[in-house]
Formats: sequence, structure tokens, C-alpha cells
Amino acid sequence: MSVKTGHVVGVNGNLVNVKFDDSVIKNEVGYIILDNTRLKGEVIRIMNGVASLQVYEMTEGIKVGDRVEFSGELLSVELGPGLLTQVFDGLQNPLPELAEKCGFFLQRGVYLDPIPNIEWEFTPSLKVGESVVAGDSFGSVPEGIFTHRIMVPFSLQGEWKIKSIKEKGKYKSHDTICQIENDKGEVKDLSMIITQPVKRAIKGYEERLRPDEPMVTKIRIIDTFLPVAKGGTYCTPGPFGAGKTVLQHLTSRNADVDIVIIAACGERAGEVVEILKEFPELMDPKTGRSLMERTIIICNTSSMPVAAREASVYTAVTMAEYYRNMGLDVLLLADSTSRWAQAMREMSGRLEEIPGDEAFPAYLESRIAEFYERAGKVRLKDGSTGSVTIGGTVSPAGGNFEEPVTQATLKVVGAFHGLSRERSDARKYPAIDPLDSWSNYKGIIPKEKVEKIYSYIRKSNEVSQMMKVVGEEGTSLDDYISYQKGELIDYVYLQQNSFDPVDFSAPVERQNECFDILSDIVLSQYDLKDKKEVRQFFNEIRQLFLDFNATPSDSAEYEERKKSLLGKVAEKKR
Amino acid sequence: MQKVYTKIESIVGNVITVRADGVRNSDLAEISTSSGVGLARVIKLDNDLVSLEVFSGAQGVSTGDRVRFLGYPMRVSFSDNLLGRIFDGAGRPRDNGPELTENMIAIGGPSVNPSKRIMARNMIRTGIPMIDMFNSLVESQKLPIFSVSGEPYNQLLARIAMQAEVDIIILGGMGLKYDDYLYFRDTLDKSGSLSHTIMFIHTASDPTVECTLVPDLSLAVAEQFALQGKKVLCLLTDMTNFCDALKETAITMEQVPSNRGYPGDLYSALASRYEKAVDFEGAGSVTILAVTTMPGDDVTHPVPDNTGYITEGQYYLKNGWIEPFGSLSRLKQNVNKDTRDDHRALMDGMIKLYASYKESLEKKSMGFMMSDWDEKLLKYGALFESRLMDLSVNIPLEEALDEGWKILAECFEPNETLLRSDLIEKYWPR
Repeated sequence: MSVKTGHVVGVNGNLVNVKFDDSVIKNEVGYIILDNTRLKGEVIRIMNGVASLQVYEMTEGIKVGDRVEFSGELLSVELGPGLLTQVFDGLQNPLPELAEKCGFFLQRGVYLDPIPNIEWEFTPSLKVGESVVAGDSFGSVPEGIFTHRIMVPFSLQGEWKIKSIKEKGKYKSHDTICQIENDKGEVKDLSMIITQPVKRAIKGYEERLRPDEPMVTKIRIIDTFLPVAKGGTYCTPGPFGAGKTVLQHLTSRNADVDIVIIAACGERAGEVVEILKEFPELMDPKTGRSLMERTIIICNTSSMPVAAREASVYTAVTMAEYYRNMGLDVLLLADSTSRWAQAMREMSGRLEEIPGDEAFPAYLESRIAEFYERAGKVRLKDGSTGSVTIGGTVSPAGGNFEEPVTQATLKVVGAFHGLSRERSDARKYPAIDPLDSWSNYKGIIPKEKVEKIYSYIRKSNEVSQMMKVVGEEGTSLDDYISYQKGELIDYVYLQQNSFDPVDFSAPVERQNECFDILSDIVLSQYDLKDKKEVRQFFNEIRQLFLDFNATPSDSAEYEERKKSLLGKVAEKKR
Repeated sequence: MQKVYTKIESIVGNVITVRADGVRNSDLAEISTSSGVGLARVIKLDNDLVSLEVFSGAQGVSTGDRVRFLGYPMRVSFSDNLLGRIFDGAGRPRDNGPELTENMIAIGGPSVNPSKRIMARNMIRTGIPMIDMFNSLVESQKLPIFSVSGEPYNQLLARIAMQAEVDIIILGGMGLKYDDYLYFRDTLDKSGSLSHTIMFIHTASDPTVECTLVPDLSLAVAEQFALQGKKVLCLLTDMTNFCDALKETAITMEQVPSNRGYPGDLYSALASRYEKAVDFEGAGSVTILAVTTMPGDDVTHPVPDNTGYITEGQYYLKNGWIEPFGSLSRLKQNVNKDTRDDHRALMDGMIKLYASYKESLEKKSMGFMMSDWDEKLLKYGALFESRLMDLSVNIPLEEALDEGWKILAECFEPNETLLRSDLIEKYWPR
């Protein structure tokens, strides 16, 4: 088959216009040939016989007349065993291998095999003659602690029969292990690796289910008050310095899921380095193995080419869907979706499209919606379920949530964890604003119970606003007690010390117990004479509660500290 | 094949277009005008129409002037001969020294592979307590100094340049007032730091396009020295001028503006510069301190806002002080655990007390009664400001910590400081 070609007719930033000779497919990948390097790009528009490529590399040195080769394939990733523990760039280039080859710097035009061609222990699950359709599994290999299902490509059309399949044994990932044929007599060789276009959602499941099971993050304010469901979506907007990334790192460590995919999209390289150095050392409490074994990192940091930043979120979500189809729960953390939106804006500007709000393209909302809609809980053909949960941070300009990216995201997510500068300045972490944020999912504690406590947070906020005007003197004793109760909830429950070895993760049982104690304190009436006594009483309770929070559940002092806390409360209870 | 083109099709702002073949994107060209020979850079190709931005500005360029393409992108000479030299925004000598043409390196090179980066772990001592003690500067960190016009940010930079324990200092000046340039030159000269300093200075009267080259020139040189194992501190002032220069070019090129006229790629443009801060395993490092003046003291202005999302914290320089609130070095945790055992506790404790002092001050200004405790805090605040916050204070970290204990002891009883008893036992002055 001859390669379709063209030649460059214009360069504008990372947009290259190409006059094509024959035909061209929208969104296919093309390579600009520059001396010895091939620069990858994607056709994003075809107009008047000229294809516009967004180039995933720096465009320095490209000249008019340079040869372009079209691959005939859409932008794709390779899926197969060996993805876990890896660190890729936005185009699925393995970064450590790239470093071995090119040294300190990211040389352009170097594309390596994303999945190493190593041996895996393959166990077939189908026999010759059995029929398969797209997405069916025909065997499995063990990948770390998971059973990695080997599947028929998701893009396959119609029904096929297994013509031959290898016996149980060791095979390399690129070896042909199965042949299938259809009734037209066409034959396809299958290996353990599938190539999947990134902008096309992976199907291959029976039905989509409602996300109804909470995804525990061990962060109290989230699990109790603003829960996230497995298969759900949530967003975390916040100004710089409010702790978005720290919160995501915490979630990636503690979340009760099988696999975590971190898409560091256009953010600081230093933060990725922290994950890279820390995760191999940290233990996954669920499996006792290194956290890295359940993690894939897609990292396209802020100084890497902009167009690849746009690709990186799609690369990540495609991998998430792939593992979901093995019956696993996957969490995708995208930091930050604003940078992705900005990459779209940059391209749109170069294409000279008519700009929308703040120069973002008109299709911003639909792209964001499309991306978040790829989350979900599904029932697979064998009856098992899998899920993709998406959590995206948003970095609104000036910390103002009224901007297009935040607003477009809020329309499509199931939970909103808004971080506030006010709370982070007061060192109240996690700085999620309990009053502005919301969640449509079911948490670990029944809604009615939570609602009662929530009403105290609101009441307390009202009183504190009022106190700013009339002072403590002008506030009634009852109001003052409500205010102190709200403050107590904030200090001992909403805030959590991520540097404390115990407090940084609060398991479900512990949250339940804490919540019951807290509810009892908040909903009780007390015999307290004046404001001074109120303040002193709640200060003491707060101190005891914080000590209790910092005590390991299995230690000897646990019951003792609980008792002294309850004892203190009982002293003044009416 | 170095053809000369004599037909300039259009001249808009600082951008000219000529019809030419075989020109590569980002290559340099020479323009011979009546006032001499200047450089220009290819910024857009459209069939045979080539757009170039003219470094010295398009003023006085005639449509009949000659354009010669050089066939290579913007480069800068790199060798030890650079040390002690001063250049302008296009890399030409500003100090009457010889032009350097040996070992030319490209500017704006590729990004560092994240998997080759290492965690920042060495502190850079500056002798300024508000930095060393409260927000330590860390090798390979990128930090802006958020400030307002009129604040002594250039004086602060000059002091850091003189005192920081680094091998090489690179100063990139953008839109600098001529007086400020002379101030930098004379101050560094007097202190003897000039011998390990390289300056790329664009003054306010120089052509705008050259302003956009200064960070790339400075950082390309910094990176090369770092690869040779040198600890490099790169000081940039003022990044807001750099962004404004980018804005000017973007508008000329009829790009759709995103926010207050700034181009949509402002974030990427800033990030690709700031991310040059790096610690190379087995070699040296690049640390970036960059002044960003906030128009109207507004931190939500696009320049400081985008900067804040990129950098690892910020110093707020306000009323001549580095503000303890708002200033933040995100990497200080990496280093302040290994300095002295009281560093972290004292840092937190003193800031908390200073916050209480601010509350008391507010109460006082509203005419409330001052309690004994308030009086103590007021005394403490005044001492803290004069003996630690004042920028003229110049003492090493250990002395600053001792000074901190002395101030506490002059104002409070030990148990009022909320510091751990074992630290009080060890450090409380008697």
C-alpha cells in the first residue's frame, strides 16, 4: 500500500498547513519529514484542499515544501499488559526509556514503543470455533495483582470465529496468540496488544449502570458531606495555592479503587517528580504492595508541547476505559483540565475560528461534556462490573469560578468540590468550601443524618457573619452556642491534617464512629452560663477531639481518649 | 544558498512580510536598512509569504530594503568568556567588549524529561531572614517576587545576587529603566560579584521585540552552565514587561486576545521559561527568581495569575517588606527540616504570634481596650518588624533563629509562645 503524502504550505506556531496529493482523513495522524526526524501531528481541519495539522512538537525549522506522510490511522494508543507502573507523555511515549535514549532533554520526533515486548503467562479462555465480537475476552495474563484480560479489538465489526488460539504458556506481548476469521473468510491475527483511537470511547460492555456505590477517599469532608461515586465525576476548581494538587495526590494514594491513572496535564514538572519518587516507596493499604503497581502516570507538563497536552487527557481516559472492561474500578485524576481547555483555545486561535467567551472556542462545552461522559459504571458480559471515575481540577483565572471552563465543567459533573482562598489562607485544609460545594451522590452516611449536621454549619456561618457587625456582645447565648458547634464541626471533622500519620486517612468505620460522636455533641443541649464558659467548654472538647483524631485505632490510648472526650461532653450535657 | 530578497510586501507594527522560498520556521534573517543591519526572526509561513518580527523594530524599514535569510535560528555564544559581560536583548555586547561568536547554542531549547528530574533538596542561603528563615529559597525552585511599581524589588534582587551562595548569576533585565541598569551594574561591580555575573539587559528605550528574547537568552546560557555542574541563579526583572511585549506582537499578528488583550498562549509562554528551573542529577542546577509587578496591585491580573499557577510559591514585596502572609515557598518543607531542629517550630510559632499582633493592632485602631496580652503582642510586632522583617537586616539563618528567640524572650513568658517545651529548654535565652 502506498503512503499518502503531501507537502507543507504554511506554518503558524504549532499549526502546519499541508497541501495533500490524494485524500486525507480528518483526525488522522500525519508526519512531517524534517531531515532525519518525523514530527507527529493530527489533521484537525481540512479546508479548500489544505489540511491543517496540529503538531505535537516544536515547529522550529519546518519550511514550505517539506514532505508530509499521512498514516491513515487516527491518533491512537496501544493497550495491553505492561501499562501499569509506567510513566508516559501525552502521546504514550515512555519517559524513562526516552531518558535512557536521549538524556536530560526531550528530543523531538523520537517515538518509542509504549509497551515493552516481554513475556507473559497467557491462559486462553475460549476454544477454536467459538464466536467473538468486539471487546470480548479470549484469555488472560497476570499483571501484578490483577488478572489482565486479553480482548478482541474494540473497533472490530461484526461477528468472528476463533480460527486458532495458543495454548497456555509464555508468549511475548507482540506475538500472535490468536487468529480469528469471519464468514467472508477474512482472517485477523491478534496479539496481546490492541490499538485504540483515543477520541473514541471504548464500548464492549452490556449496559451502563447508575453510579450508586461511594468511592471512599478517606477524606472526611468528601466521604461524609460531598461524596463521590464509583463511576461518577467530580471537579475541584480553586485558585493557585489552594491545595488542588495536594488534594489529588492524597486522593490518588487513599482512594478505594483498583487502578489510579494520573494525568498531569500542563502542570508543574516538580509535582510529577514528587509522585515519581514517592509512590514506589508508599504502600497500598489495600494490597500491601507498592502504590506504583496500581498507577499509570500520563505526564505532559506545562513546558511540553501544547498540542500533546490536549491529547494527554484522551490517552488517559482511553487507558481507564480499557482497564474498566476487565471488571476493575479505575480512578482518573486530571490535573488540570483548564490547561487542556487552554490548549484547545490556542489551536482555535491559530485556526482563526470565531472565539467564544474569553476566546475559548464555541465547542469548549461539548468537548468537556464528552470527556466527563466517558466516566461511568458498566456491567460487562460476564456479569461483573467495572467503573471509571473522573476527577478533574480546574484552575480558574483569578480564582473566579464564573469563567467558561469552570461553568462548563459544573454542568456535567456529579459533585463539585470548590476550594476557597479564604480557607487555604487560614490554613484550613482540605480547603473545600463546605457551603458552596455540592454532591449528587450517595455517601457513606445516610443523607438525613448528614443534613442535620449541615444545618449547623450553615447556621454557624450566619451567626459569624452577624457577629462581625454586632460583635460578640450583641449575639445571643443560643446563637453563640450554634456558632461554636459549627466551628467544632469545621475543626475536628471538615479539616484534616494531611501530614499527620493517623489523621491523613480516615477509614469508613472510623468516620462512622467519629460522625456519631460529633452528631451527639452537636445535637445535644448544654448547661452553660455565659459565653466565656461556652468558649472554654468547646475549646476543651475541640482539643480532646483532635487528640482522639490523631490516635491510631489499634492503639491502647484509643478507648481511653474516646472516653475522656465523651466524659467531658457529659459534664455539661443537659 | 543565501539569496537576498528585496521585495517587502507589508510592514505592520514590528512585523514585515516578504515573498521567499525555502525559508524555515524560526530562522533568523538580516535586514539591511538605511540605518544599518538588523536581525529579524521568522514567525509565520504561508506559502511563499514569510512573516518576520524585526528585533530593532520596523521603524524606518523601507519596502525596498534587503532581507537575507541566515539559515539558522536565534543563537547565543556560550563559553566562560561570557562571565562578567553585559549584553543587550539581541545578544550584542552592551559593555564595549568584543562580540562573542564561538560555540553558538540555540535558545529556547527542548524541555527537560520529567523522569530525569530530581526532588529539590538544597537550600540557597541569602542572608535575608524573611527568606532564609520563613520561606527558604531552594535550589532549582522557580519563584516570582510579586510587587508593585515603586517597591524596592530591584534592590532586593541585587542584594540576593550579591549574597546568594551560587556559582553563577545571570541577570535578565526586561524594560529596565536605564538608572536601574546602572544601579545593578555598579552594585554588583562594587561588591565584586560582577566577575561571576552575566547580564542580558533590555532597557525601556530598546526595541520591544528584543524584550521577548531576554528570558530565552538568559535561560539558555543558564542551562548550559548548569549542565557543566554549576549552580546558577537566574534573576529576571520584570516579567510583566516581557508579557506586555508578547501581547504587542500577538496583537500585531491579529491573534484573538483571551484576557485583557494578552494572547491565549500566555500560560504556555511563561511556563516554558519558568520550567527551565531544574536540578540535573549529577550536574548543576538552575534557580529562577523573577520579579512580576502587579498592575494596580491586583493579583488576579493575567500576568501574576498565570505566574502563580506555574511557580512554586511567591514572595510578596509590599511596603518595603516581604510580607509573611501571602508569601510562600512551596519547597521549603524539603529543606527546613535539616537546618536546625528549632527552625520549623520557630517559623510557625513566630508567624502565628505575628498574626495575633495584626489582630491586636486592628483592635487598637478601632479604639478597643488593650489588654496585657495585647500590649505584649504590640511590643513583639514592632520588634519582629524592625529586627527580622526589615530588608536591611543581613544575618545568616542561625543568627536569625537566635534573634527570633531573643525577641520572644523580650516579650513573652516561655509558656505563652506555644512552642514545644524541649525547644524552649534548649534555646530560650537566659
